[in-house]
Amino acid sequence: MELTGLFFYLVSILIAGGIYALLCLALNIQWGMGGLFNAGIAGFFAVGAYTSAILTTEMSTKHLGGFGMPVVVGLIGAGVLAGLMGWAVARICVRLKSDYLAMASIGIAEIMRLVIVNESWATNGSLGLAGIPRPFGEFVSGRSADLVFLAYVWAVVLIVYLVAMRLYDSPWGRSLRAIRDNEVSADAAGKNIEKFRVQTFVIGCAFMGVAGGLSAHYFRFLSPSATDPLLVTFLTWVMLMAGGSGNNRGAIVGGLGIWTLWSVTEIFVNRLPPEWVTRSSYIRMLLVGLLLQFVLQKFRAGIIPEKSPPIRFRE
Amino acid sequence: MIRLESICVDFGGLRAIDHASFEVEAGRITGLIGPNGAGKTTAFNVIAGAVRPSAGRVLFDGKDITGLKPYQRAQRGLARTFQIPHEFTRLTVLENLMAAASAPEGENVFNVVFRRGSFDAEERAIYDRARETVRFLELEHVIDVPAGNLSGGQKKLVELGRALMRDPKIILLDEIGAGINRTLLGKLADKIKLLNTEQGLTFCLIEHDLDYVSRLCDHVLVMAQGQLLTEGTVDQVRNDERVIEAYFGGGKYEAQA
Repeated sequence: MELTGLFFYLVSILIAGGIYALLCLALNIQWGMGGLFNAGIAGFFAVGAYTSAILTTEMSTKHLGGFGMPVVVGLIGAGVLAGLMGWAVARICVRLKSDYLAMASIGIAEIMRLVIVNESWATNGSLGLAGIPRPFGEFVSGRSADLVFLAYVWAVVLIVYLVAMRLYDSPWGRSLRAIRDNEVSADAAGKNIEKFRVQTFVIGCAFMGVAGGLSAHYFRFLSPSATDPLLVTFLTWVMLMAGGSGNNRGAIVGGLGIWTLWSVTEIFVNRLPPEWVTRSSYIRMLLVGLLLQFVLQKFRAGIIPEKSPPIRFRE
Repeated sequence: MIRLESICVDFGGLRAIDHASFEVEAGRITGLIGPNGAGKTTAFNVIAGAVRPSAGRVLFDGKDITGLKPYQRAQRGLARTFQIPHEFTRLTVLENLMAAASAPEGENVFNVVFRRGSFDAEERAIYDRARETVRFLELEHVIDVPAGNLSGGQKKLVELGRALMRDPKIILLDEIGAGINRTLLGKLADKIKLLNTEQGLTFCLIEHDLDYVSRLCDHVLVMAQGQLLTEGTVDQVRNDERVIEAYFGGGKYEAQA
């Protein structure tokens, strides 16, 4: 009993860790390769989560829905809508220098979240959406469904990883990294900076939307509190920094590793004396902050630092 | 090849260039000299598109390019290097050169994900070209070093290499000599000469070392206080009274300062 409990605890860590790995890969495309400071991850995550949830749920009187589509369609829809959102944001903000882009993206993400909370005809407001299906939900139920979902999440991670690797190991990725390193001389070398940046931002946001969709299907229930920027935006940044910005493998390691640590700290803080328990979430925040400090002092470029892709023609 | 027509540039209240007009002729190595603050780098920035003039026109091969962005000018065959090296820090030397090349197939994001074969030939050609350029600039021993770790002189060579990668019609060199040791500088001069005579590449260079200028340049433009003071061969210019005045002070320019 103890052992199966532990096993499924591990499964739950791997599922959520996979979703974070996805967010890290998406952020790595934007920040690691493109140098775009997106501080509004939670907004695109939320758009994706709600899109996928609305597309796949049964008819309900409380919110927009009744499409009852398969989960795959929901996830594709999540990516498309979050990508479109990213495109609209990029059109306005992508010319901004990195710190200003960060401010603008925080603001826009909060607007998206507030729209979701307040447009209750579509989202049922703060009461949330219930009955969101899992992929293959009609064939498996109970705890084995978690195993199926685990495989599903990591299959998506694999696909996104392969896409990210292709983007990285290509002339497109090389030019993007050149723009990141020096905008002025990339401009002088004939690179259309704005075009590269818009593309980068859209691709990253689309993957963030897919991650949001997966989390909605995992929990089967979605309310605005699931898109808390502290848990989505902040934690993803910590993960990418720790794992290795500019390295896709580092992004996955960071996502999974930090999530594991984050989950395990829960066990410890729950054993604290009762007067401390109310502060437990803040203590965890503090611990993660300290960890980031440690990693950045020890490994300045993250655990797996950026490495130039090999050149195929080399003898 | 390049013509500036009555260009003015204002930075706040400061008029950096004041109705300057001059021409850089094709096939030549033209030197742009003048005392500090004469507006030489600003003139380069106007030609390359990094600074918008408040008045006047820039013509490239007879076409008005005043409204074009730097990358559009680069795509039309105008290349430049910077006074302070602007290397792609985290890219290796080889990648720096390869990134500067034009790669329409490989920079198409759809091809990159779904049609990996479509840019093979293009990439191969870029790679060969970059290797050749690295050899030409004698940077082979640092080919895999991130450009941010190079010495100042090596960074300048990488800049020149990047400019060469695009098969430009004209290269603007902003103080390419500063920070490079004497021997290397001599070699570099030979290389610039070679590119000019064998490939007919046009150069325009800003340089403070007049001996270096006289060694390289067929024609010299002298700027002072945002205007073209005079032009001619190095010897003509050297003996011009106004030029001496501008450099060493005295007379008209002393009084205004």
